[in-house]
Amino acid sequence: MSTLLNPSSETRIRGGLKVLTDRFNVAELTQAGKQLLLPMVGILIFLGFWHLAAPQVNTSLGTFPGPVQVWEQSGQLWQEHLNQRERADKFVTMQEERNARILAEDPNAKVKIRGYPGAPTFLDQIATSLVTVMAGFLLATAIAVPLGIVLGLNRHLQAAINPLIQIFKPVSPLAWLPLVTMVVSATYVSDDPMFEKSFLTSMITVTLCSLWPTLINTGVGVAAVNPDLLNVSRVLQLSFWTHVRKVVLPSSIPIIFTGLRVSLGIAWMVLIAAEMLAQSPGLGKFVWDEFQNGSSQSLSRIMAAVLAIGFIGFVLDRIMLVIQKKIAWNE
Amino acid sequence: MTKPHLELTGVEMAFDTPKGSFVALDNINLKIKKGEFVSLIGHSGCGKSTVLNIVAGLLQASKGGCILDGHEINAPGPERAVVFQNHALMPWLTVYENVELAVQQVFRKTLTKQERRSWIHHNLELVNMAHAANKRPGEISGGMAQRVGIARALAMKPSVLLMDEPFGALDALTRAHLQDSLMSIQQDLNNTVIMITHDVDEAVLLSDRIIMMTNGPAAAVGEDLYINLERPRNRVTLADDPTYVHYRQEVLKFLYEKQRKLENIAPHRNKKATSATTNPSAQTAKI
Repeated sequence: MSTLLNPSSETRIRGGLKVLTDRFNVAELTQAGKQLLLPMVGILIFLGFWHLAAPQVNTSLGTFPGPVQVWEQSGQLWQEHLNQRERADKFVTMQEERNARILAEDPNAKVKIRGYPGAPTFLDQIATSLVTVMAGFLLATAIAVPLGIVLGLNRHLQAAINPLIQIFKPVSPLAWLPLVTMVVSATYVSDDPMFEKSFLTSMITVTLCSLWPTLINTGVGVAAVNPDLLNVSRVLQLSFWTHVRKVVLPSSIPIIFTGLRVSLGIAWMVLIAAEMLAQSPGLGKFVWDEFQNGSSQSLSRIMAAVLAIGFIGFVLDRIMLVIQKKIAWNE
Repeated sequence: MTKPHLELTGVEMAFDTPKGSFVALDNINLKIKKGEFVSLIGHSGCGKSTVLNIVAGLLQASKGGCILDGHEINAPGPERAVVFQNHALMPWLTVYENVELAVQQVFRKTLTKQERRSWIHHNLELVNMAHAANKRPGEISGGMAQRVGIARALAMKPSVLLMDEPFGALDALTRAHLQDSLMSIQQDLNNTVIMITHDVDEAVLLSDRIIMMTNGPAAAVGEDLYINLERPRNRVTLADDPTYVHYRQEVLKFLYEKQRKLENIAPHRNKKATSATTNPSAQTAKI
């Protein structure tokens, strides 16, 4: 009896285990599916609504583009970028070949290679925008975090500066831009400029508009350090720098990061507006140029840019979140 | 007569409040010997913490002063290490790093890196926390965190150990366990300890001397009771000991007969106490 029972019970156990693991995987899959499913449903409903509604809107440049046209134009923009790259490569190889010929005839001849003079493509504009926004955001952080620490540590200074913060915080980038433009062109005079003036103008505008959330959050975070921890620091007689480095900064890192994420979001929004108005290279200029161009594809191309802007903004925020998780102790 | 180790003379503490000056302490005089374990007991709001903070140097007395080994106290320092009620460990540092921060600061010049490391481990072992050296305060229990707080204070080699209700936030079993640890550590190291407590049993069990404070405002030393019980003390056998019971009754009589605090039941009593301590979050919320 026992010899009969043993193998059968073993297979039963094995079979049970198999069912169990399968069920576990199924549960996991449904969990992942649920997490993906609802966002997908949301996007599909939006696309359907867009597809149906867009043809109803007539503009002077034709009907409003639906998702299909925008998708086609996105492919078109990518193709234009590839073509442009190819031409640029050809342009450079042509020069290199010519230079090689000249050098072969006369080894002492002076040769140089000129850059491709073609217009920047959509992807080039994205790259320019990303560089500008990062520069502006880093400058804003470099100003806001130390200033915020000083304000958070000194209640009197904070009382003195707080009204200024409250007044400058809500100022639109479009109001700053003319002033920044004039000041940059008046002060940044150099025969061999390291940066384009347009780059500086957009960058400084981004800085001016995006530093406030970081500044305010840093000040709040520093002022809100647990009083017990401040007493520990006093009992240990930590020097000012050690106190800031080992107690104040780590304690306020989570709230500083919240400010940094808001700042980066603002920086990206401000940059597009600044580029449009200042005619400095970047995504904003792309949108403005397409608008002025007014071809039948312009609206689709602008819509493609809108989606790209949104997607990049989302990715930037995700990157900040990843950095925050790496650095902040409470994550 | 030898000079006392720690001496408080005519200490008075007055806080400025919107309703005028609030006198919390009035003419506190204390002489504490080296190695003495002193408990401060009294009803809440009687200024026990204020006394401790003045000795720590975290508060400045309005009148009178405090002398430790011939030097006047006017600032905080590691020779008067403080154990806070809620451990006050840096949540972003591990257990080891929390003690290291203190050791680094106090023995940076006198000990080598190797010596500092073994000193940190030694102190963690003293409180039985060496196994959790790499854990963050958030990952260990409140009792364990409080042990680390004690290890950090001991690692400073303080001449006076100041404890502000160190076991107040713990459950009864953990508290008993930590009291036993503290007794054996104190017996080995012979630190001078000033401990604030609400707990009569804790005071009698641990102390050489219990300072009972009268009710505030203008609190003063009410009675000064010496506990002459053999060490090491055992909480179970002492529970029946007539001397222990007598001491316990002395303290209870003081707290519940001589210094009865009927108005404590009325809710408006608490308002006065909180108005003296400013709320830092109210300052920052405005921006």
